[in-house]
Amino acid sequence: MKTTVLIKLATASIRKNKMRATLTMLGIIIGVAAVIVMVAVGYGARTRIRAQINNLGTNMIVITPGAAQTAGVSQGAQAFANLSLDDVDKIRRESQYVAAVSPVVVSRAQVIGPAGNWRSQINGVDVDYQTIRDWPTESGDFFSADDVNATRKVAVLGATVAANLFPDQDPVGQEVQIRNVPFRIAGVLSKKGQTATGTDSDDIVLMPYTTARATLSGRVFIPQILASTTNEQDIPAAQQELTELMRETHRLAGNDPNDFTVRNQNDLAQAAESSTRVMTLLLAAIASISLLVGGIGIMNIMLVSVTERTREIGIRLAIGARGSDVLTQFLVESIVMGVFGGLIGLIVGFSGAKILGHFTGWETVISPIVMIIAVGFSGAVGVFFGYYPARKAAALDPIQALRYE
Amino acid sequence: MGDAVIEVHGLTKTYSTGATEVHALRGIDLTIHRGELVAIMGSSGSGKSTLMNLLGCLDTPTSGTYELDGVRVDGLGKNELAAIRNQKLGFVFQGFNLLARTTAVENVELPLLYDRGGKKRDPRKLAVAALERVGLGQRLDHQPSELSGGQQQRVAIARALVTEPALVLADEPTGNLDTKTTIEVMALFQELNTQGITIVLVTHEPDVAAYATRVVEIRDGHIRRDEPVANRRKAAEDLLHVEEDAA
Ligand SMILES: Nc1ncnc2c1ncn2[C@@H]1O[C@H](COP(=O)(O)OP(=O)(O)OP(=O)(O)O)[C@@H](O)[C@H]1O
Ligand SMILES: [Mg+2]
Repeated sequence: MKTTVLIKLATASIRKNKMRATLTMLGIIIGVAAVIVMVAVGYGARTRIRAQINNLGTNMIVITPGAAQTAGVSQGAQAFANLSLDDVDKIRRESQYVAAVSPVVVSRAQVIGPAGNWRSQINGVDVDYQTIRDWPTESGDFFSADDVNATRKVAVLGATVAANLFPDQDPVGQEVQIRNVPFRIAGVLSKKGQTATGTDSDDIVLMPYTTARATLSGRVFIPQILASTTNEQDIPAAQQELTELMRETHRLAGNDPNDFTVRNQNDLAQAAESSTRVMTLLLAAIASISLLVGGIGIMNIMLVSVTERTREIGIRLAIGARGSDVLTQFLVESIVMGVFGGLIGLIVGFSGAKILGHFTGWETVISPIVMIIAVGFSGAVGVFFGYYPARKAAALDPIQALRYE
Repeated sequence: MGDAVIEVHGLTKTYSTGATEVHALRGIDLTIHRGELVAIMGSSGSGKSTLMNLLGCLDTPTSGTYELDGVRVDGLGKNELAAIRNQKLGFVFQGFNLLARTTAVENVELPLLYDRGGKKRDPRKLAVAALERVGLGQRLDHQPSELSGGQQQRVAIARALVTEPALVLADEPTGNLDTKTTIEVMALFQELNTQGITIVLVTHEPDVAAYATRVVEIRDGHIRRDEPVANRRKAAEDLLHVEEDAA
C-alpha cells in the first residue's frame, strides 16, 4: 500500500473517534508543550542574565571576603572584614595582568538635593572603577585621581538619583548633602538598567573611596575589590595571579584555604543561572512524565482499537492484506496520533511561552530545531508504544478474526 | 468444460484442541472447472466451512494437494497465500463483512489497494464498474448502515469481483437474507456465472442449490454425493413469480 493511502486510512480512523483520539493525545500535547516552554523560557532567561552580567563591566574580576560556598554551606562572606587597601595597593603595584583595580566601599544614606531627598546606595571607589565597569558619564566628568588623593568631597550621580533630585536641571556643578556634608557633583553616569538580581544599577552615588571612608562613619571595611584585564584571554591568568597576591598579603601558609573569593563574570552568570535551572528541571520532569504517560495512553487505546477492529483486520487479511500491511496500518495510526499530538503541543507550548514571556518580560526564543525534535520525538513515542499493539493485530489468524463477534 | 480451476487430492484437515483431535476433513478429492457454479451442501459440522477456508487459502491443510488455477498452493507461506487471496480469489461471507463507516466504493476498492502486482489501475474506476455490475451504481457513497442486507451482500460481491479473480467463494451467502433477497442474490450469481465466473458456494437450502450447475454433498469430512443439477432453476424467472405473488 502506498504511504499516502496509509496516512489517509490512519487519519480517517482517528477522525471516526475524535474525542478518544484527543484524550489519548493529551499526554503528548502536555509533554511537548512543556518542552517548548522549557526551552523557550530557559533560553530567554539565559540570554537575559548574560546580557545583565556583561552589562556589569568588561573583563571584570570580583574579589569578595570569605571563602566561596563549599558543599552548599555559606562561609558568611560578609562576616570577614578582611579585604584591605593593602590588598588593592599590592595588586596595583605587582600585578602583570590586571589593568585596573578599585576597592568598593559600600554604604546607604539619605542624599539631600535642592528638590528633595533620595535614599540611595553610596559607593566609595577609585577612578579605575569607571574603566572596570565601562560606565561613561552622561554629563560632566568622573572624579579624578587628584580628587581621590586629596579626599575631596565630590560625587558622581547615577541616572536614577539625578532624575529624582534634579528633575529639571543639570546637576553638574550643583551640591548635594550626604550625612550633613556638602558634595560637589562632578558628573552624571549614563543609564545601565537592572542587574541580574533585579535591582536598579542607576540608583547609586559614587565618590572617592578616601572620602567615603573619612565622611561616612561606621562602615569602613571593604566588602569588594573590582579589577579588570585589558583582554578576555588574560582573565584566567589574572585570577590566578590575584589569588597568589592576595594569599601573600593575607599571610596564608601553603595549605591554608583562601579567606577570599576571586570570581569572573562567567562565574557570576553561572551563579545567577542556577536559579533558572531549577525551573528548567521541573519543566523537564513534567515533559518526560507526560510523554511517558502519553505513550502509554496511545498503547492502551491502540490495544483497545485492535480488539474492537478484529473483524476489520480479518476482512483485510481475507482480501489479501499481508501481516505487514496490517502492522503498518496500525503503526501509522499511532505515529499519526503522536505527531499530531506533537503539533498541537507545539502550538500550545508556543502560545504558552509567548504569554509567559509577556508577563515576565523575558525574551522567549523558539528555535526550529527544537520544534522538529519535539514533533519527531512524539512520532517516535508513537512508534515505540504503537508497535506492540500493531504486532498483535498483524499476528491475528484471518479465520479467527473473521469469526470474532 | 474448460480447464480445472480447483484440483484437490486427498485433502484432510485435523484440528487438535488440547487432547482431542477433530477430523474435520478426511480426504477430499474434488475438481472444479472454469465456468461452474458449485453448491456445497451438508449438515452442520460436516466440514463445509473448513473446506471453504482451505479452498480460500485462509488455512493450510493437514495433508493432501491443492492446485488453484494451475498453481500448487499447499505449502505456500503466509505472504504468498495473501497474494493468492488478493489476486485469484474473491470472498463473499454470510455476515457480509463490509468495513463499517466506509462507503460502498471504498469497500470495493480495498482489495485493489493491497495488490502488489504493480499493475497500473485506477481503483476507484474499477470499483465503480464493479458496483454497476451488481446493480448498485446509484449507491456508491452509501455506508453499509445505510444499505439493506441484500444491497450489502451485493457490495460484498462487487468487492469479490473487482480484482477479476479466477474463483469466487461464498460461505452461506444467503444465510442472513429473506427468500426474495436470496433469489435476487442467486440471480446475480447466475448472471455472473454465465459471464464466465467460477463460483463455489455453501448452502443449507436445497432451493438455493437448485440454482447451481452442480451439487457436492459432504458428510463427516467425506464427499458423499457429487452430481450435476438435473432440473436447474433460473433465479431471474423465479424472481418474476415472487414479484407477481407479492403484487
Ligand atoms: N478452529 C477449530 N478448532 C477446532 N475444531 C474446529 C475448528 N473449526 C471447525 N472445527 C470443527 O470441525 C468440524 C467442521 O466444522 P465446519 O465449520 O467446517 O462445519 P460446517 O459444515 O461449516 O458447519 P455449519 O453448517 O454449521 O457452518 C466441526 O466439528 C467443528 O467443530
Ligand atoms: Mg459453516
